[in-house]
Amino acid sequence: MLTFDFMRHAFVASTFIAITCGLIGVFVVARNMSFLAHTLAEIGFAGASFGVFLGIAPLNGMLLFTMLSSVTIGQMSAKESRREASISAISSLFIGLGILFLSLSNQNASYATNILFGSIIGISLADVYQLMALSAVIIVGILLFYRYLVFDSYDPIGAQAQGLKTNLISIYFLILLAISVSIAAQIVGSLLVFILVTLPAFIAKYLAKSVPAMLAISVGAALLGVWLGLWLGYITNWPVTFFIATIEFGFYFLALVYHRHVSR
Amino acid sequence: MTELVKAQQLGITFGNRAVLKDLNFELERGSMTSLIGPNGVGKTTLVRLLIGTLQPTTGQLLFTPERQNLHIGYVPQFRNLEAEYPLSIRSFVGLNQLKSHLPWHTKDEKQALNQILDQTHLTDLQKTTLGNASGGEKQKAYLAQALISKPDLLILDESTASLDIETKEEVMSLVAELNAEQGITVIFVTHDLELARKYTDQYLLLKRGQYEMGPIAELDPNLELD
Repeated sequence: MLTFDFMRHAFVASTFIAITCGLIGVFVVARNMSFLAHTLAEIGFAGASFGVFLGIAPLNGMLLFTMLSSVTIGQMSAKESRREASISAISSLFIGLGILFLSLSNQNASYATNILFGSIIGISLADVYQLMALSAVIIVGILLFYRYLVFDSYDPIGAQAQGLKTNLISIYFLILLAISVSIAAQIVGSLLVFILVTLPAFIAKYLAKSVPAMLAISVGAALLGVWLGLWLGYITNWPVTFFIATIEFGFYFLALVYHRHVSR
Repeated sequence: MTELVKAQQLGITFGNRAVLKDLNFELERGSMTSLIGPNGVGKTTLVRLLIGTLQPTTGQLLFTPERQNLHIGYVPQFRNLEAEYPLSIRSFVGLNQLKSHLPWHTKDEKQALNQILDQTHLTDLQKTTLGNASGGEKQKAYLAQALISKPDLLILDESTASLDIETKEEVMSLVAELNAEQGITVIFVTHDLELARKYTDQYLLLKRGQYEMGPIAELDPNLELD
């Protein structure tokens, strides 16, 4: 399988993206931001379509839209009572914009399918390098402020009580999340970022009691999902996204059963 | 004894409403003070002034050593942790170890963690997930988390309010023990006058527009807060 360039590129890019998403996902789940991540991905869809419309790479359009909007979206959905309403409104608006940009750029429906459901097979070497660089930015970004991110994510009230600048940490995290969502969408598509950004982290939450253990399990689950998904996609010619989704769901189900069993 | 905090003509106004006015008091290092008063009188506002999340409108708070070199451990009243909260008590307490940037805990940090867990009688429970811990165990974990940064001043904001009598006593005797052994200065915000009388040595009573301070033995035995 790895004798083909297109599979090698897909494999390397997926590995980096899975590690990044596995790491960031643990913080997304701890901060109850799963749906915010999903909304960012939908904003990313509009950004990718805008990129197509302008004739720039969809990933760059996506990064532009998600990074510019992340902090505002974070503020709008900070209040739990307003979160659902804000998220529904924003998602609708940006999916609508995405459809508009695609229609204005006269692209065929397969372009929309690629953005919405992912298209890791066939990416160029230059794209691989860009995804690797973005992954590195996120991983270094997490490591630089690791302890602050962990404290604020797992005990925001305690972190505030100890004098941490929780607002700044939140903004910093949202920008890292915007980049993560944009690169996750390259494999699994805008509509399915849950598969890589939150499912592995939920699996980890049910199996571990410390943050390092959760990070390890989350990265492991994401990596297994993308590797097996690519392999199964290669031998069956079915969509890779379908396999990754099914594998992650399977892991999640097993983790849930285990968790119920041990907590009884 | 030397003073740790000194309030001089301290006051704060929200809009037209003066919540605290002309407060003058000193807290000596190693003292245990009950901060009492009816609801809405400004106890939490005073705490927020002390920890620095609010700034006074008038007057000032003087700290010895100066504020940036003084460590305050604050145990807030509410925590909002979900029932499925995944971290173990050990991991939760270690969240406040912020001196290093390393993603893993160093040997010294692990030792400090063991010591705090031991002092707060949590060693046997350290692997329990906080979501599965009882109210008293959670409260001790919150306390241990504040203590791990070695505070000069520990502020407990209604920390015993939701606990049964036995657990209240357990938490407070632990605080008294830490105060006696390590000389940590304690402010205990409470409505429970019985606990205040038993475990602290002085009181700061806030009333609307006024205040009163003195040895706990001199607190009006007929005082009712609500």
